[in-house]
Amino acid sequence: MGAELRRDDMEVAEEDISDSQAFRFVEHVLQSVRMDPFQVDLRDKEEYDSLLSIVDSSKKRSYDDEALLVTTLKALSEAVSKIDIMYHHALLNNIFTMSIWYLNSDTRDALLSLITRLAAVADQFLRECLQMLVNNFTPPGSLTAFIGQPRWLARKKEIYSQLHESLRMISDTVPLAPRMLKDIIDRSMPKLFDNKAKMVSFVECMLGLDNDRMGDLIGALLLAKVVDLLTELDVNITWEDILQDEHNKGIFDMELEDLGEDEDSLGQEGTKALFGGNACAEKLDGLMVVFCEHLKSCKEHGRLPQEFDILKTIFRASVLRVHKSKFAQFIMFYACSLDPEICGLEFALFLSDIFIKKEEDSISRMSAVSYVGSYLSRARFISADTVVGILKRLVDWCVDYCDLQNNIGITTKPINHQIFYASCQAVMYILCFRLRSIMDYPNLKAQLFNMPFGYILTHPLEPLKVCLPSIVDEFLRQAKAARLFNASVHSEFEDALESDLSKTFGGMNRLDMFFPFDPYLLKESDRYMRPNFEYWSMVKTTYNNYNSDVDDELVDLDAPEMNVGSLDDHVEIDLNSDDDLEYSMNKMSITPNRSFFHQIMANSDTGLTMPARIRPSVSPPS
Amino acid sequence: MDALREAEAKLTVYVHPSNAADVRRAVARQLSSLLFSYEDRFDGVLLAHEATVESEQGKILNGLVPYFGVPVHANLLLYSPKPDMMLEGKVEMLGKESIHAIVLGVFSAAIMLDDIHEKFKFKRKKYGGKFVSRSDKQHVIKKGSMIRFSVKRVDAEMNCHVTGSLIPPHTGSMLWLSVHDDEYALEINSGKRSRDNKIKTEQHEQDHSVKSSGRKHKSKSRKRSFEER
Repeated sequence: MGAELRRDDMEVAEEDISDSQAFRFVEHVLQSVRMDPFQVDLRDKEEYDSLLSIVDSSKKRSYDDEALLVTTLKALSEAVSKIDIMYHHALLNNIFTMSIWYLNSDTRDALLSLITRLAAVADQFLRECLQMLVNNFTPPGSLTAFIGQPRWLARKKEIYSQLHESLRMISDTVPLAPRMLKDIIDRSMPKLFDNKAKMVSFVECMLGLDNDRMGDLIGALLLAKVVDLLTELDVNITWEDILQDEHNKGIFDMELEDLGEDEDSLGQEGTKALFGGNACAEKLDGLMVVFCEHLKSCKEHGRLPQEFDILKTIFRASVLRVHKSKFAQFIMFYACSLDPEICGLEFALFLSDIFIKKEEDSISRMSAVSYVGSYLSRARFISADTVVGILKRLVDWCVDYCDLQNNIGITTKPINHQIFYASCQAVMYILCFRLRSIMDYPNLKAQLFNMPFGYILTHPLEPLKVCLPSIVDEFLRQAKAARLFNASVHSEFEDALESDLSKTFGGMNRLDMFFPFDPYLLKESDRYMRPNFEYWSMVKTTYNNYNSDVDDELVDLDAPEMNVGSLDDHVEIDLNSDDDLEYSMNKMSITPNRSFFHQIMANSDTGLTMPARIRPSVSPPS
Repeated sequence: MDALREAEAKLTVYVHPSNAADVRRAVARQLSSLLFSYEDRFDGVLLAHEATVESEQGKILNGLVPYFGVPVHANLLLYSPKPDMMLEGKVEMLGKESIHAIVLGVFSAAIMLDDIHEKFKFKRKKYGGKFVSRSDKQHVIKKGSMIRFSVKRVDAEMNCHVTGSLIPPHTGSMLWLSVHDDEYALEINSGKRSRDNKIKTEQHEQDHSVKSSGRKHKSKSRKRSFEER
């Protein structure tokens, strides 16, 4: 072994001791106490104790001590067959409670190779070894404060790669070890109330494992665990947290000044203000960054398609039906944006498949159609022909549904036709965002204009009366400008904010309010989503071409609203003021024209005119 | 290899009512959940299974969740090493005091210094090392070589982790044995490993019931016949 020892300082024996002598000595000590404690010779016991004190997890070490530790660890790994779970319990305990974070690189190597050997020797140590490695996924408590410093970042990387290497070696010698590792990771997963640094480093290390060959074995499980954690954090952020702060801001009109002053402090201030120090949101933010980085590295290594397949399954199982989730679903959004041609398209098809399949339960189907609507509207990377293709599927389904209803006779209770209304709403929502851009392509335009919108919208089921008024209104406005269909359809909501029907529908069924990909509010991870996200302020509408006066008017009306929640849009993008205010209002709202109404109603007592997506979240279904 | 064994089993698999639409799949999944873990009832690790549903009728359990029992006839492939069996494995890691091998690509086996024949001498190399026989320099065990060893102890709890021994005769590097060990050479040349002495055993077992992860799995008065080669 090539270790350079400080021989003169060796405590184990006198000067000029060679590696092999030290090894033999340790072996001898181990052997000599391998018997009933009463029979152990006192001198041997003493030597064993001194061995214990060298391998002490809590001790602070000088360089000499550290060198001594390296030799001892190497000697131990040469003598693993002598280590006995009965008689060397104290020694093993010391080894397994060591934290590798404080050790030098050499020492870490020695310790980890000892661990891998122990794991391979006899299975009785396997669990402890794996547990010890997993424990070291997170730095010890006293270190977490410094872990963000650059000095530690490099070290952290190194430690992670060493841990991964050790785990890989263990799985080489004990092929079934990953099964056990799975359980151990499962049990050691950070809990909701662990601090952010711990969570982030654990997940980072865990996802690092997925890159490895280990990923083939337990990658799917690791991802599922992380997604579960994300969702759990997500549902623990309540909209009250966010809204309260936004309202306060609005009331005090403070952020304009704040913006000026804090411009260079990036989003941190904003996040704090936004969430009022909501711990869950911050943790989620950190984890989203880690996850997005992971996806990015997958993309770089060409493993994104496989990863995406796994993610899809996980999404289906644990995110799709969670209506309170606000941000966790953006991992799908980001994954899609990394590979629009394959993943992006696949996701759209996957969602519409779920929607169309009769075997799926209605909650999943409605969720899926809401996802389709929100996704196609917001994902800038999705091409217009994909949008038209999916729209066609949705419209075809609606037509079939209408036909079927004609045949069997209509019951007009909205609650019986939830899925139909949800899909109508999704279609309209997509068109609000996309109609103008589709019009640019003559062939797509022709396809779109061939779809029987008039038939569906004027059908006795009266989707226009039931869907969200703001969407209906915006849709009709755009459709009229574009002359999308001939039938004389007019909004029912000109004088009322919500029809009774719509209310019952909305009240009974939260899904009509579910817009999964609304603007992303987490500060740190926002940079991953923003470039691919379509904000309403940037959408070109059909009526814009023909009737710019109206638009100006609108902006004027919006103007007083601008302060509501315009917190974090100021830094990265230099929006002109009009965009800014429209964008800011958009952050809260899914509905394009909401503030138009909102403005009118703001002075009256309509608390009901809250942005649509907020309500369902605040009062989750029981 | 000795440790591989086929077994036939009559099982009753309890299926959750939610899986009633596709019973065959539910049964296969239930059996698959046992793969690669040691199962007391089978006295080994399940490697493969092939099940046929015997009857269209299942017995419904009383209780909150009406699981129904499906009678299944299954052919199982089991790995169940026993002391003194001969195993073959590939050396994955070795050091001065131990050799670690992988059997069938999945199961781990370790041979400790005490169980390595004295004739082997460890030679340290830059990367790992190798054991070389004192009697014949050709007889070498290093990383990647296939070895034949006898089973000394089996740890059933940990998926049949085997502690092996290189002391008994006809053990060592398979490459060397195939040339220098007459008995082994004869065995592999004859193309079969004493397949004649088939022993059939029938075994009746008491009722067992096991609950695993919320589902029930039960085998009733299982009749098992297996061949020992």
